[in-house]
Amino acid sequence: MRYPVTIRVNGAPLELVGPVTISGLLAGLTIDSRLVAVEHNLLVVKRDKYESVVVNEGDEIEIVNFVGGG
Amino acid sequence: MSTDLLTIADRTFRSRLIVGTGKYPSHPVMAEAHRASGADMVTVAVRRVNLSDRSAESLLNHIDQSKIFILPNTAGCYTAEDAIRTARLAREVGLSNWVKLEVIGDERTLFPDNIALLEATRVLVREGFVVLPYTNDDPVICRKLEEAGAAAVMPLGAPIGSGLGIQNPNNILIIREQARVPVIVDAGVGTASDAAIAMELGADGVLMNTAIALAGNPVAMATAMKLAVEAGRLAYGAGRIARRSHASASSPTDGTIAALAGSVRRV
Repeated sequence: MRYPVTIRVNGAPLELVGPVTISGLLAGLTIDSRLVAVEHNLLVVKRDKYESVVVNEGDEIEIVNFVGGG
Repeated sequence: MSTDLLTIADRTFRSRLIVGTGKYPSHPVMAEAHRASGADMVTVAVRRVNLSDRSAESLLNHIDQSKIFILPNTAGCYTAEDAIRTARLAREVGLSNWVKLEVIGDERTLFPDNIALLEATRVLVREGFVVLPYTNDDPVICRKLEEAGAAAVMPLGAPIGSGLGIQNPNNILIIREQARVPVIVDAGVGTASDAAIAMELGADGVLMNTAIALAGNPVAMATAMKLAVEAGRLAYGAGRIARRSHASASSPTDGTIAALAGSVRRV
C-alpha cells in the first residue's frame, strides 16, 4: 500500500510516497551512497541497514559528506 | 629526514606537516599544494549534502588516498553532543575511526570549549575513536585530554585563520615537556617562520589550512611550509645554543693586526 510521508532531510521538509527505505531515499535524491553518511533521528545508520531501515512520518534525516575544511 | 617519522596511535606518517582542504581557490590548486607540502594527512569537514544542487564535484576526487590519509574534523560544532554526532557520521563514511575533535566555545575567536571537549573526548575514546582534540594552549587541559585517552593533543598557536603565529611559545614548551602523546600545533600559523618556531619548540607536527590556502601562491607557500617544518624539526633535534645577553665572538680574539705583538723576537 502506498501512503504519503513527510520527513525532514538536512533540516528541510521532504514529501515522499511510502514505504521508503534509506536506500530508496538516497536513490530518489540521486545521491551516491558510497560517499555519504546518514543519520536517522540522531542515530547513525550503518550502511548494511540502508535497505532495511524505513523512514516514517516526522523522521529527521541528516545526509552528510566530506567537504573542504581545516 | 626520511627516518624521522611521526607516529600517532597505530599510524605512521612521513611528514610532520598536516594540511587542510578548505578555502583553496580551486580543487586542482589544492591538490597541487598538497603535493608540494609533502603532507600525508589532510583534514576535511563534515557537512550536509547540498540537496538542491547535486553538481558539486566530490572533494575526495582531488585527494590521492593512496598517499594521503583523511582526517575528518568536527569544525563548527558548539556542543559535545554535536561533535560526537559529527564524529560518528564521519566514521560511517568509512575511511577510518580517526577524528580531529573540535568543540568551539566562542564564535569570534573560535577558541575551544575545554569542558565540552574533554567530555566529547571521553565518549569518543570509549567508542573506539582515535581522538585528536584541537585545544587551547593550556598544559592543564592538554594533560586531562591525554588522560582521557586522546591519541595526540593539538594546542592552537593562535586563533584559527588568524595568521598571528605562536602566541605563547612557553606554553607549547611546557605542553611538549609533559605530554606522552604527540603534540601537534594546530591553527594560527601565518607564514613559514611560524611553522619553524612551532617545530623548534619541540612540537611533533604542525597542522595548518588558511596559511597555505589563502596565500598569494598556495603551492609556493606549501613548499615553504614543508621546508620550514623540516628545518624547525632539524634545529630542534640539533639542540640550539643557550641564549645570552651579550656577545660571544665567533672569530679568534687574538692575532688581530691592531694588537701588540709581545716581546722582541730574533731570527
